[in-house]
Amino acid sequence: MSAPGVPAAEEAGAVVRAVLDDLPRHRGVVVDSPPGAGKSTLVVRAAGHLAATGEPLMIIAQTNEQVDDLIVRLAAEQPGLAIGRLSAGDYSAPPRVAGKAAIASKLPDLGEPAVVLATADKWAWAAGGRTWPWAIVDEAYQMRSDKLLRIAGMFERALFVGDPGQLDPFSVVDGERWAGLSWDPLQSAVAVLLRHNPGLPVHRLPVSWRLPASAAPVVSAAFYPFTGFRAGTGPGERRLRFTAGGMRTAYDRALEEAAASGWALYELPERHTVRTDADAVRAVAVLATRLLQLAPVALSERGEHAVGPERVAIGAAHRDQVAAILAAGVPPGVTVDTANRLQGREYDVTIVLHPLSGRRDATAFHLESGRLCVLTSRHRHACVVVARAGIPELLDAHPTAGGVQLNVPVRFPDGWEANQAVLAHLAEHRVAAAPLS
Amino acid sequence: MSTLAALARLRAVRTGTAQRLATVRHCHLSDRPMVLIPLRMAGEAAAPLAVMAGTDPARPRLLVVPQPRDRDLRFGFAAELAGVLLPYIEGMQKATETVERRGAEPYERSVDAPQIIVPNAGSAAFVRMLGRSTRFRRAEGPYAVHPSVPTLGRWLTYLGQRAQHPGSSLLLAATEALSLHWATGQSRLEDANLASLVGWIDPPAGMSGAQAAREAEDPLVWPPAGPATDPGFDNEVLAPAIRAYEETRSERAAARVREAVRSQLDPVWRLVWRAVGLLEALPAAPGVASRWEADRGSFSAFAAQLAEGAPPQPKRDGAVGAASRLARMERARSSYDAQRAYDDALVMAEYRLTGEAFAGTVVAAEPDRAEGEGRGRKLRPLVTVRTGDPVRVAPGTRLGTPQRRGQQAEVVSVAGGEVTLKIVKGMGRGASATPGAVPEVGEPVCYAALLEEFQPPPALPAPEDTPWTHGGPPPENPPEAESSEEEWS
Repeated sequence: MSAPGVPAAEEAGAVVRAVLDDLPRHRGVVVDSPPGAGKSTLVVRAAGHLAATGEPLMIIAQTNEQVDDLIVRLAAEQPGLAIGRLSAGDYSAPPRVAGKAAIASKLPDLGEPAVVLATADKWAWAAGGRTWPWAIVDEAYQMRSDKLLRIAGMFERALFVGDPGQLDPFSVVDGERWAGLSWDPLQSAVAVLLRHNPGLPVHRLPVSWRLPASAAPVVSAAFYPFTGFRAGTGPGERRLRFTAGGMRTAYDRALEEAAASGWALYELPERHTVRTDADAVRAVAVLATRLLQLAPVALSERGEHAVGPERVAIGAAHRDQVAAILAAGVPPGVTVDTANRLQGREYDVTIVLHPLSGRRDATAFHLESGRLCVLTSRHRHACVVVARAGIPELLDAHPTAGGVQLNVPVRFPDGWEANQAVLAHLAEHRVAAAPLS
Repeated sequence: MSTLAALARLRAVRTGTAQRLATVRHCHLSDRPMVLIPLRMAGEAAAPLAVMAGTDPARPRLLVVPQPRDRDLRFGFAAELAGVLLPYIEGMQKATETVERRGAEPYERSVDAPQIIVPNAGSAAFVRMLGRSTRFRRAEGPYAVHPSVPTLGRWLTYLGQRAQHPGSSLLLAATEALSLHWATGQSRLEDANLASLVGWIDPPAGMSGAQAAREAEDPLVWPPAGPATDPGFDNEVLAPAIRAYEETRSERAAARVREAVRSQLDPVWRLVWRAVGLLEALPAAPGVASRWEADRGSFSAFAAQLAEGAPPQPKRDGAVGAASRLARMERARSSYDAQRAYDDALVMAEYRLTGEAFAGTVVAAEPDRAEGEGRGRKLRPLVTVRTGDPVRVAPGTRLGTPQRRGQQAEVVSVAGGEVTLKIVKGMGRGASATPGAVPEVGEPVCYAALLEEFQPPPALPAPEDTPWTHGGPPPENPPEAESSEEEWS
């Protein structure tokens, strides 16, 4: 937990130093990072630190986008570092990566860079008998343990960095037969690593630089009940104001509530709907449109700037919902995506279609705490949740009912509990939808 | 549940008859399946009470354990079951064909494979359990069993595990096979009762499906299809019969248990064969043959392992074994899903409803369009499809099409009911597209975000090279040997 009185930057800096000190002492080091706690900064610093020893380093990320992001940050913060990127044959490098890394689909074609980055999948194909003294595994909680199994023989020591509150890896097949095994392939890489190596040090980054003071305590209590974190900024340090006049519609009142308090729940009347609930989808699209029409301006420790469409995101649980929202007409430039794909991204304002809105049942998929955690922790200023009324009652009707399996570690937070906690907080920021015409 | 399945269930409620969820049969049906109905002693996890099995509907074989708590009787029963099952399985290994492979040695594959049909998922799980309790037993040493018992155990384990492989038909549960093709007006839980499920699909003359299903809930008319027996039967009929046998150990008392069990199994026997008949009446989907081919290959490979004297399957998968099984199952799952949709317009309709697939007419085509210059020139034909479906695929998504298997197209844009696609695979390697490879203007087409991809997963380390993150190499001699001492077996 955060130590009162210690400045946030100092507290976070001490953890980073402890991580770097632990690296040579242990075969593996795990760093848990809550949303926006400077995970990438840590990876970049550790990469520079390890590269300075002169030993080659491999970096394993989960998606091509994550690899590209890391290259951009490494090139900016560690100039002079020779970077190589392994990629599939049909990968085309985005402009932001151009000139910053040697790109090839085979290891020998890269020359001898100090750092080589690739996705876990690509690394699994690149095995060629070479062993690396060091590896950094980014987003290790998103990585399925069978992926780690394929590449763990390639490195001697590794730093595993990730956010334990985000979505667990999943599979389209039923993995019940492996439940309880310490090497269950459907568990995350970190879960399996720690079950076999319980003595490895686990550090926690204590400060979220992304989440505002209005959101950090809510997200921390709901999704990180035992390993809390605090916001890097104090109340009032982040402000959102609208420079165009509002119209006192329900949409505008919801947006004003979010601007003032950091949260808003735009609540539609209770109803069971299909997944692509036309009313909810329209509400999400209108909220995004109205938000930009109100010409928001954000004030933060970074100064004042106008919030453009590239700083706004819409999140949903399912791909068909995303497609429906896009089809409903969203201002150009606004990101619309599923929780899975929004992981690791950051915006000023987010609009979220609640995963349980309009549902008759609460399945394990919709109750997964990581899904709601991702959706409600992408914003620097405000988050607007769109939902049908009746979700607390739905939750009450669907208590977690999965069977208990031997040797399966109990997972915290419980999705049911986390959902209730977030809804209880949102209830204080409720704006009833305008009656539908 | 998909929207279409929900609609079918609502219709079933309204009309009182089951509704079709598929136009063709998506599971293989053997010419000579073996129906096997296991019953378990109530309160015991792995104590078989009886099995009714056979390949001829007119001649069921009934094997009964008159006192299931007696382990000698239990494993005597297992030897009897081996006498029924193993000849059937071994008969399938006789005729083989040579399969040529690119870049690998040719191998022998059986031209047919066994198919075991059990009433429901619980019976399939009990088959696995029987395999678990028999495969580690030995023909010598303490608690010796008949030599066929461990072989039976390995086969039951193999069949039970293969049943979890998506698209496999070696071990079919009748309720699941039927539910894949029909929707009823009852819950999925109630569908697990074979009698009421068959009642919905094929009610007796003069009765609606709903009425037949209600009648099927009476255990006196339709005894449960196992593996658990009806508690009323247990208390009033079975328990006194077993007690009488326990006291006298006489042939007469054994016959009394046998007749009691037969009264429960006879109706189920007829019911499972009715289910087989219902499935038989559906025409087989094109993809069924290739999945059965995979089943035959797997069957032959396991038979070869067994012949070479491989040890029994381990109790649990090791780290590498688990990962490789997961990879196999995931590939099978995605190709099974794709094949079913491609084979069946009704299954495809579910994807069209969610926007992952669409059907329409080609309104424009540029079959000879290419991208790049010189050596990098690639043929990339463009096709524009007009559709009334709610398309929800993002640009860049790869699509496949049932009209041209193996072809892949990438979504370029979706706007105003028109989808523009770029064909990226399966249109020929020449400077212009193979004739017929690119759909022509006016042609009805269907595209779906489902691919029958067969890219093999990257290699796994050998089990003895299991890395430190996963517990290191496994111990060389797993302690399976003391299994004859296991308390519960």
